[in-house]
Amino acid sequence: MSGKKKSRSKQPANRNLTDLKRGEAGILDRIELPPDESRRLMEMGFVPGHTVVPAHAAPGGDPRVFRVDGSEIALRRETAVRLILRPDESATG
Amino acid sequence: MGDCHNCPVATLPPPPVQIRRRVVAIVGPPNSGKSTLFNRLTGLRQKVANFPGVTVEHRMGRVKLDAGREVYVVDLPGVYSLDPRTEDERVTHDVLSGAMKDMQRPDAVLLILDSTNLSRHLLLAAPVLSLGLPTLVILNMADDLQSRGGTIDSTELGMQLGAPVALVSASKGNGVEKVFQFLSGATLGAAAKAPLIELPVLQDIPKCRAWAAKVGNKTKYHAPAPPIWTRRLDSVFLHPVVGPLVFLLVVIAVFQSIFYGAQPLMDAVDAAREASGQWMGAHLSNAALRSLVVDGIWGGVGSVIKFLPQILFLFLFIGVLEDSGYLARAALIADRTMARFGLQGKSFIPLLSAYACAVPAIMATRTIENKRDRIATILIAPFMTCSARLPVYTLVIAAFIPQKPVLGFLLGAQAAVLLGLYVLGFLAAILTARLLKSTVLKSSRSSFVLEMPPYRWPTLRSLTLRLFDRSKVFLRRAGTVILAVAIVIWVLAHVPLIGGAPPAIAKSFAGQIGHAVEPVIQPLGFNWKIGIGLITSLAARETIVSTLGTIYGMEGSEHSLGLQQALRQDLTPAGAAALLVFFAFALQCMSTIAVVRRETGGWKWPAIQFGYMTLVAYVFAFLTNRVISFWV
Repeated sequence: MSGKKKSRSKQPANRNLTDLKRGEAGILDRIELPPDESRRLMEMGFVPGHTVVPAHAAPGGDPRVFRVDGSEIALRRETAVRLILRPDESATG
Repeated sequence: MGDCHNCPVATLPPPPVQIRRRVVAIVGPPNSGKSTLFNRLTGLRQKVANFPGVTVEHRMGRVKLDAGREVYVVDLPGVYSLDPRTEDERVTHDVLSGAMKDMQRPDAVLLILDSTNLSRHLLLAAPVLSLGLPTLVILNMADDLQSRGGTIDSTELGMQLGAPVALVSASKGNGVEKVFQFLSGATLGAAAKAPLIELPVLQDIPKCRAWAAKVGNKTKYHAPAPPIWTRRLDSVFLHPVVGPLVFLLVVIAVFQSIFYGAQPLMDAVDAAREASGQWMGAHLSNAALRSLVVDGIWGGVGSVIKFLPQILFLFLFIGVLEDSGYLARAALIADRTMARFGLQGKSFIPLLSAYACAVPAIMATRTIENKRDRIATILIAPFMTCSARLPVYTLVIAAFIPQKPVLGFLLGAQAAVLLGLYVLGFLAAILTARLLKSTVLKSSRSSFVLEMPPYRWPTLRSLTLRLFDRSKVFLRRAGTVILAVAIVIWVLAHVPLIGGAPPAIAKSFAGQIGHAVEPVIQPLGFNWKIGIGLITSLAARETIVSTLGTIYGMEGSEHSLGLQQALRQDLTPAGAAALLVFFAFALQCMSTIAVVRRETGGWKWPAIQFGYMTLVAYVFAFLTNRVISFWV
C-alpha cells in the first residue's frame, strides 16, 4: 500500500520483485509465467512463500541478482516483474 | 515421457563385448561438483569450472577398487529435477531411466548435493531416491559448510532418507574413502532401506520444497553463513562504475600478457627449433631427406609449436576466470548487450568458451532450451576468436605492427591490434545473431536465469591439469593434421622433377595450385604463396603458419630471414590487414564443421554457415585491402 511508486493506479497491492529496494526483503506470492518457466524458477529457489532480497545488479540495473533460499540468482527485469510479492510487505524476515 | 525417439545425442559405437559391468551414475544439480568427484574417483580429467552447466554429455570412467575389481562411473550433466527440458538434461534423464542407447541402466547412483545449499538441493533427492536404485547421498563442499559455520546431522539424514550419507569435499579429497567403500559394494546391490520420511510423490515443487525443509529440520541442518568474501568481491566486481572498469582491465591485462608475457618463452622455443634443425641438417647426408626434415617438417610444424607458450598463457587466464567464478559475473555484466542483439543470457557462456575453441562451445549450447536460440548460438560461435587463430594473428601482427605503447604501459600497439581482432570477431558474432534473430530464427525472448556461484580459489592442481591437457591437444594437432599437411606441401613443392632436380617453387605443383587460385584472392591483396597457405588452412587455421614456414624455408636464399621478414616481402600492409580480417571471419576448421553437423543433425546448417562466413570473410577482406591501399 505504499503509494510512493510512480503512477501505479490500477492495483497497488500487486508489487513485484522490481519494486523492492536493494536489501529490502519481500515474500514471493506467485509467478506469472508459463508453467515451464515458472518451474525452472521454482527449482532455482523462487518458491512462493520464500523471502527474496535484491542484491547487486549489472550496470544499468539489469539484470539483477536476487538472494533467495540460500542462493544468488540473476534475473532480467522482464522476468522479475512477473514475480509477484505478497501484499503484506511488513511481514519480512 | 520416458520414450525418446530422436534425441540428437552423440553416442559412441556399442562396445564389442557385452559383459555385464557395474555402472554407477553421478547425479546432482549444476555446479555441485560432480565432475570434480568423477575426476577424483577415476583419475581422469573431465573439464570442470566454477559455473553451472559445464558438463553437457555423459562420460564414463573406470574406478579401480581393491582386489582387482572395478566399477564404471558415469558423469552426467547437472539437473535440478528429473524432468528434462534441455538437451543436456535429457542426457541425464535418459541414462537414469535406461533409455540411453548403448548404455545399460545404472546399478547404483551417487547423488551429489552441495551441502552449503542443502535445502534447495534436497529437491532433487526425492525423484532420485524414488528411482529405487541403491544410492549414496554425497554432501559435497563439506569443508565450505564447516568453515562457514553450518552443521548437519548426516547420520540422521541417512535415516530420514533411507540411504547412506557421506560428507565429502571432492576438491580436497576429504571423505572420498566413503565413496570408495560404497562403490566396493558394501551397500551396492543391497535393497534400499525404507526412508523414515515419506518421499513426496508428486513433482510439485512447493510440496517438494516443504518436504526438504522438514528433512532439514529433522536433521538439524543449519545453513552456513553467507559467504562474506563473495559479497565483498561482488561489491567491487558488480559495482556500477568499478565493475565494468575491472572487467576492462582484466581484458587488457589478458591481451597484454598473451602478447608480451609469452614472448621470451616463444623466442626460446624458436631458438630451440632453429638449433635442433641445424643439428639435424648437419647429420642428414641425403639432400632430399634433409630438406624434408629440416624445411618441410621442422620448419612447418616447428613454426606452429612456437605458439604453444602463448596458447598456454591464454588458457591459464581462462582457467583462473572459470574456476574463480568470475565468469558468471562477466555473463551478468554482458547480458544487456547480448539481449540487445537478440541473444539470451545462456548463449553467453558457450560464446565465452568459444574463445578457446568453437567445438566445446557448440557442445555447450545444449544447455539452451529454445531450439532456435540454440541454432543461432551454434552459427555465431565460430566468429569468436578461437585459439587456433592466435598463431596467425601473432605472426602477422608481429611482422607489420610496430612495437609502441598505446595506453602508456597498459597496452602496447601490437596487443591493441590483437584485442581489436577479438572485438571484430565478437561484433561479427552479435551482428550475425541480430540478423538471424530478426529473420530466419525468430523466437520470443526467453528468460535469463543464472546462478551466481560463490567465488573460489582456483586450485593449482586444476590449473596445471588444464595446461597439461591443452598442451597435449595442441601437440597432438601439430603431430597429426599439421604434420601431414606439412609433408604433403613439401612433396607438392618438390614435384615435378625437372631433369632430376626439384623445380623452382613457383613451377612446382604447389606453386601451380597457388597460381591457379591467385586470380580469386588477388583482389584481397594475397599472392599465390598466401593462396597455398589459405588452401591448407581449410584443415585447421594455424596450418597456414606451418605451410608458409615450409614454403619460405625452401626458398634457399631467404632461409636466414625469419618467417616475419619473408611475410613483409610478400604482403603489402593492406594485404596483411586483409589477411587478418579474412581469418577473423572465415570458417576454416574441419572439426567445427563436423560438430555443427552432428549437433544440428544434418548438413544444412554447416553448409549455410560455411558459405556465409566465407562470403563475409571475402567481402570484408576485399574492402579492407581497398580502403587501406587507398590511404597508404
